[in-house]
Amino acid sequence: MTYLEPQLGEIPAPVAQATTKPFWEGCAERRLLFLRCASCGYALHPPAVACSHCGGRQLAWEQSGGRGTVYSWTRIWRPQTPAFVVPYVAVIVELDEGWSLVSNLIGCDSDEAAIGMRVEVDFHAIAGGAVLPYFRPLAGRSP
Amino acid sequence: MSRRPTAPLADVAIVGVHNTEQARHLPGKDSMSVAFEAAHGALSDAGLTPFDVDGVAGPLSSDFIYQTGIAPAWYTHNAVGIPTLLESVFAIQSGMATVVLVLSGTAGRYTAREATAPWTRPNNEMVEPFGMFTATQFALVAQRYLYEYGVPAEALATVAATIRNNGHVNPDALYYGKGPYTPQDILASRLIAEPYHLLDCASTSEGGAALILARADVAQNASPRPVYLLAGGAEQFGPSYRYPPRLDLHGRGDHDLTLQFLGRRIFERALGQAGLVHADVDVLELYDPFSFEIIRQLEAFGFCGVGEGGDFVLDGTIGPGGRFPVTTDGGTMSFGHPGELTQKLQRVIRGVQQLRGTCRSNQKPGAEIALCTGGGSGPLFMDLLLLSAAPP
Repeated sequence: MTYLEPQLGEIPAPVAQATTKPFWEGCAERRLLFLRCASCGYALHPPAVACSHCGGRQLAWEQSGGRGTVYSWTRIWRPQTPAFVVPYVAVIVELDEGWSLVSNLIGCDSDEAAIGMRVEVDFHAIAGGAVLPYFRPLAGRSP
Repeated sequence: MSRRPTAPLADVAIVGVHNTEQARHLPGKDSMSVAFEAAHGALSDAGLTPFDVDGVAGPLSSDFIYQTGIAPAWYTHNAVGIPTLLESVFAIQSGMATVVLVLSGTAGRYTAREATAPWTRPNNEMVEPFGMFTATQFALVAQRYLYEYGVPAEALATVAATIRNNGHVNPDALYYGKGPYTPQDILASRLIAEPYHLLDCASTSEGGAALILARADVAQNASPRPVYLLAGGAEQFGPSYRYPPRLDLHGRGDHDLTLQFLGRRIFERALGQAGLVHADVDVLELYDPFSFEIIRQLEAFGFCGVGEGGDFVLDGTIGPGGRFPVTTDGGTMSFGHPGELTQKLQRVIRGVQQLRGTCRSNQKPGAEIALCTGGGSGPLFMDLLLLSAAPP
């Protein structure tokens, strides 16, 4: 059993593109941003130039409530590079606005990871200064 | 069997194949030298010289054209695998080339062993900072499937043990003689990314592979016997290793055709175009990056029902001597797993060997039809070929 925490080593930092830069700037301000299609209302991520639901190209940034549900998870014992402390848990989180992202679970024991778990975003700066949106169990959850 | 003479790829045949030595490390070699070794092996197998070739495919095609002096020649740098072969077929069908060599090799690339292999670490900003690599992407798909269908861990382990035992008995395999393995051995190996243990995963290795395609009327004089292409396909859901690999990912059209069923559309179409039914397929040379992907493909292709793949693999059906032997050379788990194109050509080479009847291990007697696949749910793409021993 390992208590899951943000990675403190020299892990790879995100290299933003023009399309994704507002997302990472939002993280730096502790705001989780996503794009919503002006034509159909679909919420999408990662940041794109067209809506994968209707093809619309009028997309606008919105701030997420930061709460969601674990759609899938994997506890990782073989690190991508030696900079990562194992075990760490990768998750697909489905945010309450209906979009999904890949992140890491923190703030609980590694064997608590489960599909259906309610989680909320928890921003942490990594070595080099970039801020990543990690997710932790929703405060006040029932056991 | 009612194979249609109109199978869309039937006017092209494979006339030469070659795998070089597979090893964890090939000292003194680089990707180019290994690829050229594979190319000359395939030419020798086909009884051809470089000057019989007027098209070359793969990332090293330009080097081969220059260094062997066969310029000018048709070329493509397509490195996806079966799509590389399909593009070569279209070049032949459209008269741009008559004989196409597809070559690939990997050596000297995986040197920093404390990290996972470089071709398993896509450097996208949305996944790399979270410690993702190919195994974790595939694991996220598998975990959701296991949650929804309740498949026992022994089913995944049985897939891995079956394929690794195929490599154990194959003298040409990277891990020849390293087994045999029981499902319990797989489950006892260290965890990589749950549900995957080390032995559920592809190996990493160095080596080369090459194939030669020729217009069927040219191929008829080839020795050994040419193997004919019937139908194939390729499809994807998006760019690899950037988007969350949700089992229920789907496009705007058919919401039932989710990532879980990646490959179903192209398989059903190819089978129909070739005039075949499932029972006609003698060997399933399925791409095996991770154990669950075999179960997923068997369900997606309709060899068993949805959610029934676990039971299907537990009763010996996919083993040597079973009704549908799978990945008979040992696959990426045990035969070899050099980066990118090389690994993807290996499944097709094995299909050719099965239909020629020349496998050094696990030869299926009288095999006439082979299914060869590439890709998987993690990277969101799949491709396949149906091969025939008999001319159309």
